[in-house]
Amino acid sequence: MRFFLRRLSHALFVLAGVSILTFLFTTLAPGNYFDEMRLNPQIAPESLAALRAQYQLDRPLPIRYASWVNSVLHGEMGFSFAYNSPVAPILFVRARNTLLLTITATLLAWGIALPLGIWSAERFGRLPDRLLSWATAALLVVPDLALALGLLVLAVRTGWFPTGGMTSLDFASLPLGGKLRDLALHMTLPVVALVLSALPLLIRHVRAAVAEVLDAPFMLAAKGHGIPRRTLLYRYALRAAANPLISLFGFSIGALLSGSLLIEVVMSWPGLGPLLLESILSRDLYVVIGGVLLSTLFLVSGNFLADILLYWADPRIRTESGVR
Amino acid sequence: MSAPRTFVKWLVTLGSLHAIVVGAGFFTPYDPIEQDRKNPYFPPMRLHLVDEQGRLHLRPFVYALKLRAGTFDQYEPDTSQSVPVKFFKSGARYRLLGFVPSRIHLFGSEGTRICLLGTDAYGRDQFSRLLYGGQISLLAGILGAGCTLSIGLCVGAAAGYFGGWRDDALMRVAELFLSLPWLYLLFALRAFLPLSVSPLKAFFLIVAVIGAVGWARPARLVRGVVLSAKERDFVRAARGFGASDLYLLRRHVLPETSSILLTQAAILIPQFVLAEMTLSFLGLGVPEPAPSWGNLLSSLQQYSVLVSYWWMYLPALAMVPFFLGYLGLASSLQERLEPYKIERRIPGSLA
Repeated sequence: MRFFLRRLSHALFVLAGVSILTFLFTTLAPGNYFDEMRLNPQIAPESLAALRAQYQLDRPLPIRYASWVNSVLHGEMGFSFAYNSPVAPILFVRARNTLLLTITATLLAWGIALPLGIWSAERFGRLPDRLLSWATAALLVVPDLALALGLLVLAVRTGWFPTGGMTSLDFASLPLGGKLRDLALHMTLPVVALVLSALPLLIRHVRAAVAEVLDAPFMLAAKGHGIPRRTLLYRYALRAAANPLISLFGFSIGALLSGSLLIEVVMSWPGLGPLLLESILSRDLYVVIGGVLLSTLFLVSGNFLADILLYWADPRIRTESGVR
Repeated sequence: MSAPRTFVKWLVTLGSLHAIVVGAGFFTPYDPIEQDRKNPYFPPMRLHLVDEQGRLHLRPFVYALKLRAGTFDQYEPDTSQSVPVKFFKSGARYRLLGFVPSRIHLFGSEGTRICLLGTDAYGRDQFSRLLYGGQISLLAGILGAGCTLSIGLCVGAAAGYFGGWRDDALMRVAELFLSLPWLYLLFALRAFLPLSVSPLKAFFLIVAVIGAVGWARPARLVRGVVLSAKERDFVRAARGFGASDLYLLRRHVLPETSSILLTQAAILIPQFVLAEMTLSFLGLGVPEPAPSWGNLLSSLQQYSVLVSYWWMYLPALAMVPFFLGYLGLASSLQERLEPYKIERRIPGSLA
């Protein structure tokens, strides 16, 4: 229990720290959302000052931070200048789309990487393993951006997949099955791009971790007892190799979140990425802060999940946490 | 192959790749911002040695392009009009390495321009833009990595060497930076800096932003090395002889971190090149008309370009050899510096 509390307090500390950090950046920022209006001769300086006062842009930073925290606690997360509405509802719709993408991609990537990595570790140093190593190396040197754009070019030239957005124009009129199919079709390209960009690193780590375990004496003993190969690999080896992999799981969520930011923009998926870009360009600062904070929240919850998994999978952690 | 030899091999590969980019003025036929508005979106021209009649030419040549009948933006090779490639041709002025003035280009032609990777919307030669863009992107990556590593070195050394509350505080901040998705952090930093600035200013802005983001990981690694190094016998002996903290750090402790820093540099540079590309691609980085690998690709955000002019995608593949080089360099460095970690498994012992 103390372990969870400590991890939870750590997560809260990170969130608070990130929010202060992003707020600090805003003070360094020259200009604000209303600067462009200043060039407009039809808007009086007084009304600009009134606007600034209304959104509290003329107040000192600690007060702005306090009132922002207050609005977070009320579930609003500040006020968007561009949308003229509280930030939270705008963000949540986008965040749902981003999560749909990243969760699918995370599950898919691990679902592919685990068996493939184990398969490769079992054949360590032989031809199939070396072929796979070359394939992952090749995939590793193709950057996300090139990968996403390449998939997009491919999709446009073949016409197999829709190349943007999340739904077709006639989405609302489709039956439920059609809706799901339409969504899946639109998701394919971004998910494939995300999975391909995450896969090489995951496979390599799984392979290295499992290969190390396969060397251990207890594996030889278990093999000597005639335990079938599949049980040996998936029950014994994977469990012993789980510790670094679970930590990697937390990291992979962060990598996929970052990756999806870019891929959402490239594939025009209506997630947090395009919203963030748009609000950066228009200096809609509470949306930027909210977006960054929300993504940090996802990452922190991912790491928290990894910690819990670790606690469940590795008895050494349990005793350690009692001591420390 | 032994570890030192693979290391040299990768170093030579990377060196020659970078030499091509550094000497872009010589290797490209045209000025990267010279426009030719009458000829937008030329497809890539193929180099030929054998012509339509099956005759072999010793001098490579390309076919001039002509409009396909009935279209207004589709070109096809005009096989009646061959343009021979001239080597070491005098052309647009440039400055090699920024200060040696020259007009000699590796190749060029009389009259019709040779565009190996086609042209963009303004008729600028994509091949020239690609090589010149590499200068900006790679330099941003290298300078950014330099920034990050110096911050990481300072923070890591301070935390590891002085310990105590300073260590706790610095590592807490590092943890904060590590727990943000780095692209979001990059965005957040960029968000609050001026948007429309001159290419040169934007370049240094990007370098600073990229450099400020990634310092946490090297700082942690450096801290670990410093922690163990400061307890070594020779360091304690030197301290016993009355060496100052600064002297100890400079003379005995920090040299121990050089291998970590080198490996980190080989890992960070491609990441930071990619970061610059991402920012420029999204219009937050180096602006036109200066070419960079990111903004070369930004036209692909228009659907029409994506559909009709697929060759605009080709610059995306340019960094693949560079990434490969840096990846190879990083892994050979790791092998060289941590020889005990090389896998010494007997192949297939379970099977």
